[in-house]
Amino acid sequence: MELAYLALVGAMLTIATPLVLAALGELICERAGLLNLGIEGTMYAGAFGGFLVAIESGSAWTGLVAALGIGLLAGLFVGMLAIGLGVNQHVAGIGTTLLLIACCDFINRLKYGAGSVPKVEKFQQLFADIPLASQYLLTYLTFLVIAPVVFVVLRSTGFGLRLRAVGENPEAADAAGVSVAATRYAAMAVGGMLMAAGGAFLTLAILGSFTLNITNGRGWVCIALVIFARWRVVAAVLGGLLFAFVDALQLQLVITPEFSGVPREVMIALPYVVVIGALALSGRNLTYPGAYLQPYRRS
Amino acid sequence: MTSQRFQRPRLADLVGRHRSRRFASVSALAVLALVAAACGGNTGESDDSAESGAPLVYGVFATPLEEPWDGAIHSALTAADEAGDIVYKHTDNNDSADKMSRTLRDLVATEQPDIIFGDAFAAEDAVREVAAENKDTAFVFGSGEDPVEPNFSVFDNWMQDPAYLAGMLAGGLTTSNTIGVVGAMPIPEVNRIVNAFIEGVKETNPQATVKVTFINSFFDPTTAKQAALAQVDQGADVLFAERAGVIEAAEEKDLPVIGMMVDQHEEAPQHVVTSLVWDMRPTVNHVVEEFNAGALEPADLGEFSFMKNGGSSLAPINTDVPGGVPEELIQQVEEKKAAIMDGSFTTPVNEDAPAGSTTVGE
Repeated sequence: MELAYLALVGAMLTIATPLVLAALGELICERAGLLNLGIEGTMYAGAFGGFLVAIESGSAWTGLVAALGIGLLAGLFVGMLAIGLGVNQHVAGIGTTLLLIACCDFINRLKYGAGSVPKVEKFQQLFADIPLASQYLLTYLTFLVIAPVVFVVLRSTGFGLRLRAVGENPEAADAAGVSVAATRYAAMAVGGMLMAAGGAFLTLAILGSFTLNITNGRGWVCIALVIFARWRVVAAVLGGLLFAFVDALQLQLVITPEFSGVPREVMIALPYVVVIGALALSGRNLTYPGAYLQPYRRS
Repeated sequence: MTSQRFQRPRLADLVGRHRSRRFASVSALAVLALVAAACGGNTGESDDSAESGAPLVYGVFATPLEEPWDGAIHSALTAADEAGDIVYKHTDNNDSADKMSRTLRDLVATEQPDIIFGDAFAAEDAVREVAAENKDTAFVFGSGEDPVEPNFSVFDNWMQDPAYLAGMLAGGLTTSNTIGVVGAMPIPEVNRIVNAFIEGVKETNPQATVKVTFINSFFDPTTAKQAALAQVDQGADVLFAERAGVIEAAEEKDLPVIGMMVDQHEEAPQHVVTSLVWDMRPTVNHVVEEFNAGALEPADLGEFSFMKNGGSSLAPINTDVPGGVPEELIQQVEEKKAAIMDGSFTTPVNEDAPAGSTTVGE
């Protein structure tokens, strides 16, 4: 059996990039006590909005910046519902996801009708001819800059401490003079930006174009990854890599003669099965952030 | 300060909390209402002219129009509308049997269309039930099953002919003797295209191996691209893009690729060799003519999608692709095309799911 191992690892990094970006965004929100189920819609809006602005401006970079702006607004919108109004977080998040996806599809229909969608001058891979290193800049940024920064900020900075405090015990944080609402809004804004960047990666780096259902449930995978990681940054990155590795592996195995006896459905389900399995094993005795799902009201 | 947490809540607080909670649920409802409004089906408008005499034709689609299969039906009906043969309206994204059935009943009751086109694959029972209850309306649906008296006709995208020709091209173009195909899912409509493609490869290159990946989705170009890249990693140097996303992989790896449903040449002018094109216009024209003559009988209209009837074709071959296209190969494909058109060659139809890796000569 001949598998292209280097290519396999390379594919893993590409597949993992949007997952890790969005999972880190979700992790930041959840550490502040907010389950942001707007993740799928925020990724979708980042993918579509980034693409649209890139087409209009002719620059993928402008598109990426626009996607970050959209993510910020989407995060603040869910924040307004969940923090400001104290709406049930499940309703606020899922409602936002449905709203954003429907809006994007609607604008897409108005703009391009049912015909073909144009292509944008997309990001190119760096080191194009070197098997493993041939990745998009955003992939390098995700693993070498963004993930370490999120790790350090959450662990060792004043902002990270305040963020964790409002997620664990907002009453105590409030008593200590930390603005619970402002900290949570900040978490939602940053989280939304990372989610939208994950979505924009799909249109601006991988495809250079947009189609309906472009995120195809990747946001929900990220929710599972964050729980799988028990809200820890390193584990979330590793979880994203594991999922992506199994996905890249099954894409190789399914076209290998030796595995022709295995039903395709089993192969396609494999990455999900692995994550669910890992979740079942590691998910026992979970300690959720103390104020998970609870809106904060001064009493 | 901490003792405050354990104080009994005062009445005013409770009222305030109650109020804010009510405000919260109201705003949650508002969000849901907005969402519901945004999710509502889109209904395309057309000049509503009952006095024009042309039949009112409705397109009722299960997927969004952006999906290429329903998109092909939509563009044929739009063309007929623009030619003045019909008055065309449509509704899409009827994505469950329940929604499909409600939309159909609603339309028949309120707009009384003469003919309804659509796709019944995901809701065969529901569509057939509504048709049986409304015998005055003609139903013409994409379906894997038989037509029903007195008003239910079926059609399908019988594209095995161009698929066979595209396979011949791919077999002649590969130098690694490996070809990659990325499809949606192993359902009959996709299987017979992929199988005909494999048969075509066999004719020009019996040593070749065809690798077939199904991504289990009609819309997931990111996964389709990764699947195609995995095929390239295993040696594929010609790709067939049954789904969106594969052309991007071919561009990235600088390989020739075959498109699907419409001529995709514009998407990658230096990489798309040709495309399998489905043209629903012969089917639509036939139905409208029969209707106008008062002679529309339920039938299997599948043949109107055959290449010899103009319902499917191979887009012009583009020789400006990596490696070029040898003149003899184009000649071979043209000869086979002529044989299909004059009826001396019939492309075999096989609806079994193709294997992940097939060595065509074995």
